[in-house]
Amino acid sequence: MMLIMLGEAWRAMGANRLRTLLTMLGMVIGVGAVVLMMAVGQGAQYAIKQTIAAMGSNLFVLLSGSSTAGGVRSGGGGNLTLTASDAEAIAELPGVQAVAPIHPGSAQIVYGPNNWNTSIIGSTPSYLDARSWPISTGAAFTNSDVRSATRVALIGKTAAQNLFGDDDPVGKTIRIRQSPFVILGTLAAKGQGMDGRDQDDTIIIPLTTAQRKVFGSQVPGSVRMVMVQTTTQEIMPIVEKSMTELLRQRHRIRDGMDNDFSLRNLTAAADSAEESTRVMSMLLGAIASVSLLVGGIGIMNIMLVSVTERTREIGIRMAIGARQKDILMQFLLEAIVISVLGCLIGLLLGIGSALLTESLTGTVVIISANSILVAFSVAATVGIFFGYYPARKAAQLDPIEALRYQ
Amino acid sequence: MNQVVIQVENLNKSYPTSAGLFPALKDVKLTINSGEFVAIMGQSGSGKSTFMNILGCLDSATEGRYVLDGRSVAELNKDELALLRNRTIGFVFQGFNLLQRMSLLENVALPLIYCGVAHHKRQQRALEMLTKVGLESKANSLPNQISGGQQQRVAIARALVNQPRLILADEPTGNLDSHTSEEVMQLFESLNRDGITIVLVTHEPDIARYAKRQVRFLDGCIVSDQATQHAEVNT
Ligand SMILES: Nc1ncnc2c1ncn2[C@@H]1O[C@H](COP(=O)(O)OP(=O)(O)OP(=O)(O)O)[C@@H](O)[C@H]1O
Ligand SMILES: [Mg+2]
Repeated sequence: MMLIMLGEAWRAMGANRLRTLLTMLGMVIGVGAVVLMMAVGQGAQYAIKQTIAAMGSNLFVLLSGSSTAGGVRSGGGGNLTLTASDAEAIAELPGVQAVAPIHPGSAQIVYGPNNWNTSIIGSTPSYLDARSWPISTGAAFTNSDVRSATRVALIGKTAAQNLFGDDDPVGKTIRIRQSPFVILGTLAAKGQGMDGRDQDDTIIIPLTTAQRKVFGSQVPGSVRMVMVQTTTQEIMPIVEKSMTELLRQRHRIRDGMDNDFSLRNLTAAADSAEESTRVMSMLLGAIASVSLLVGGIGIMNIMLVSVTERTREIGIRMAIGARQKDILMQFLLEAIVISVLGCLIGLLLGIGSALLTESLTGTVVIISANSILVAFSVAATVGIFFGYYPARKAAQLDPIEALRYQ
Repeated sequence: MNQVVIQVENLNKSYPTSAGLFPALKDVKLTINSGEFVAIMGQSGSGKSTFMNILGCLDSATEGRYVLDGRSVAELNKDELALLRNRTIGFVFQGFNLLQRMSLLENVALPLIYCGVAHHKRQQRALEMLTKVGLESKANSLPNQISGGQQQRVAIARALVNQPRLILADEPTGNLDSHTSEEVMQLFESLNRDGITIVLVTHEPDIARYAKRQVRFLDGCIVSDQATQHAEVNT
């Protein structure tokens, strides 16, 4: 029964090929747009998730110097007010998992005939924990390296490539500002950071070495920033409060005075970045869905025309015994066949253009089974929804009126 | 075997027109038994088609009683009416009313789709019917590829395919020349011999002669109802 009706729907569509094709085109474009937009949106979401995962989770960053000192916004990192012992005190707070004081800078690195300008991070081994940054080959330096300010270094992938090419850097000696440093290990690749910089173009050395032997510091023991990782994300507001209190106490800041440090919640910033890409991809999907809707209205329009054109046929069918539901099914099926076929072609078009986008622009696209399923079920629903009204109109025709129709 | 197939009492039908209700049928009363062959005659506008459409369950009466095959039609719902049109009645139109996109075979098989007969069986039955009307060689032609008389025979085959008890034909020969009309009427005559009740509308006394009984309409009323007198040339 269903098969005959499908056959009839197919033939009815074939009777007016151009019209059927044009009607389908609305569906094709709609579904294609939805699939493409969802692929691009999900790709963007995936990319930002990767970045955030690479950053490390539940992170605060404390910066030396007030952000609003004396009414003038100077940004973090003005005066060096934070010290390594501040970091040690913070480590004692409940809810804190890892604390890494950081003294950053940049310098020209020399290895044999090669030299390369890269960023240098002076920190402690817990920096790697806080950033969830594994060692790829060799080993990390230890706290005793920090205590005795040894000249050792860990090297990021990009920096290693530029200095060593394909050679293994572990055990080699590089020169930073004329002093020799032994490379203990290489860092796993992390890719682009939130700020768009290549995080692998870096060298990590013990904090004390950076403070005393490479960059020096006006105030002995001071650091430019401290990275703090909490045990859970939920506890972050509590840790933020206790950390602020602790530092105000240690820095002897009276009530009513501004902080001499600034505190940033990196995880919250990352979350909001993720949220905004999520909203953006939803928006893209929504805009694309509008074209699906327009396609559906096109189907309804053509089905209405078709019902009017075939009024006499409907009358004849009723005269020889077609029930209302037979007529309803006939026209509904026709609408569904058009929309599902349009959807299939649209899927191919959408996937094709998504892959083309990927290969042309290099942006990540993700074609999930989910988005295909969504597009498909939406198209079928659109077919049923917009096909139903014309089909019902056909089914409710009066047999004798339909037969009289010229 | 004088079983009643059609029983109509006090049947009224009015059409709404711009000048108010127009009574097309007035208090029509008629009984037709199984196996009868009735010709309905009368001048144009006398209500013959209106009457036939009501008999065929295509239209409903404004007032009165219509019992078809023991069932009061006014009390049936739309699906039950569709079932009657499918199984009990075969309707033949003046304008043939074949579906132009379909082959003759498919046209004849169409009523079988609506009562769920399997594909193979449908083809077989439809071909049988086409053979009966002498058109099996054209089974795969389209309606516009054959003559009017042939189209009407296909329409009759379609009306017959579900083995109805009753054939209703509204001016089946109205679009045909006298020779093809004769052929079609001979077909009806042989169907009637097989026991099918036939009611047909015609203007032509020559056609009406094939029937055993002639009913005459005038302005929505039955004015005469008599057996066909074969001695007379004119009725
Ligand atoms: N749909 C309609 N609306 C209004 N009036 C109608 C309608 N159909 C028929 N009539 C009127 O009802 C009357 C009977 O019409 P009907 O078609 O039954 O006549 P008929 O006997 O079949 O005529 P003919 O021999 O020309 O086919 C006519 O006067 C016609 O004008
Ligand atoms: Mg008429």
